[in-house]
Amino acid sequence: MTINPDKCVACGNCTYVCPVGAIYVDPVTNRSTIHRDECVECYSCFNGLSKEHLNPTIVRAIRSFFKLFRLRFDPEPDVCPTNAFEPDPLSWPRSIRRAFSDPTVPHESTGVKGRGTEEVKTNDVTGRCGLGEVNFTIEFGRPGVGVRFWEVEKMTQALAAAQVPFEKKNPVTALMLLPGGDLATGKLPPEVLNEKVLSCIVEIKVPLERAEEIIQLVRRVEKGLPTVISLGAGTRCESDGEERRLIEILRRNGYNPQRAKTNAGLGRISNAEALAAQQETVGACQ
Amino acid sequence: MTNTLHRYGSAESFSDDIIVFAITSKGKNDEDCVPKLKKFLAMAIPFSPVNMGDGAHGGAIRASAKLNPTSHWRREHEPNFQKVVDDLDKPTTAAVVFDKRQNAVAFVKAVKEADLGLCVNISTSIEGAESILEECGITRHSVNYSCGFQNRTEKLPSTQVLALTTMCGHGMIAQTLARKMIDYVKEGRRTPEEAAKYLSRFCPCGVYNPARAQRIIEDARKHIE
Repeated sequence: MTINPDKCVACGNCTYVCPVGAIYVDPVTNRSTIHRDECVECYSCFNGLSKEHLNPTIVRAIRSFFKLFRLRFDPEPDVCPTNAFEPDPLSWPRSIRRAFSDPTVPHESTGVKGRGTEEVKTNDVTGRCGLGEVNFTIEFGRPGVGVRFWEVEKMTQALAAAQVPFEKKNPVTALMLLPGGDLATGKLPPEVLNEKVLSCIVEIKVPLERAEEIIQLVRRVEKGLPTVISLGAGTRCESDGEERRLIEILRRNGYNPQRAKTNAGLGRISNAEALAAQQETVGACQ
Repeated sequence: MTNTLHRYGSAESFSDDIIVFAITSKGKNDEDCVPKLKKFLAMAIPFSPVNMGDGAHGGAIRASAKLNPTSHWRREHEPNFQKVVDDLDKPTTAAVVFDKRQNAVAFVKAVKEADLGLCVNISTSIEGAESILEECGITRHSVNYSCGFQNRTEKLPSTQVLALTTMCGHGMIAQTLARKMIDYVKEGRRTPEEAAKYLSRFCPCGVYNPARAQRIIEDARKHIE
């Protein structure tokens, strides 16, 4: 992302809307400027700010005049008055910042927008997490702190060393499959390690019996990381809709979950190909 | 995407924050799903949601690319639900946000009745979702618990700012903007309702809850933790 210095009037509105605080008004140029290494290319400035198309010269003249009398505009706080933000083409590996940070862009690896994961949200049609299994989502950098991939790699390597399989349809897993990465060791391609993103999710599935071990592993590894982690733990409910085992493990380990996403189980496989495959499986079982 | 899971607050504080969303899985139930997703959203409108959106086009309260200076005095703050329904044109997540439990219950009953075959999830307090489904005669299939934030939590802002920013789980609401909105309201420069709408425009998938945001900002003005 760039800010066109010919258009910017240094109103300062954009300095508040950057989730990682990467925008500031440069005192030398008197223009809003983006700290390029801190910017995660989330496009929150470009997508979130409403745009006016005022003449920059006139706006600057008015602002300068007002300033003489210690007066200020009271502009709408979510507006860029001169439409000064301009996306610039992103090349590899910087392009990875936008793929992980801008939720309006789907991950090529999964086709899913946002953080690129489905977790148990579609479990009623995918069956990706069965009874007695736990789907952990280990999210780095959220809220508003950000994370570099060298931090993520510390965790993926520790998980790989513990023989934990990574969820296949996950963007971080897809990185390990690129040249220079290694799914078996949790290694990420070296060129992405210093790239910063707003957040990303490592997703794994383990038997319920290993849930406590994973919680302890995450706590041990995170100690060396300068970011925030949000842990999510999903599972299939019993046939009566109850879930007692995972919540008990979480509580035993000091968590007190208040919120959850609950899959209502109203989903139904409807794609022709998937239906045919399902029927073949049923036929084989019979 | 865990964009509604890790909202900050106690279970009690989610009583006015209930999100019902529909999603499909590629290769399983995404064929011809667009009319179903549109129907899901359209069905919600009579039940008085406070926001709705889809992951591809945005929410009912959006940024505008063509404002003119008169907007400073005549800004449109009302959500446009029909635009969300009309814009949805490809498989995505369709979400509806309610601030009243009875509206959410009525909507979920209607969704069950419609039998769309979409994967439907409720994001709110654990007990809140359980009781809504129970009232609708639905047995929970799966659950994904939020264990909250850990490790370098000293980098996080105050609880009220955190409650405001985490309502966009994609992290598009900056801490500094949330703080600024609280300050604007404290100074009397904007109403809590206006401040909540400013924040809502930065959420790109329409899951931000302006009603809860308004309540939090109002509490912050009065310094109620």
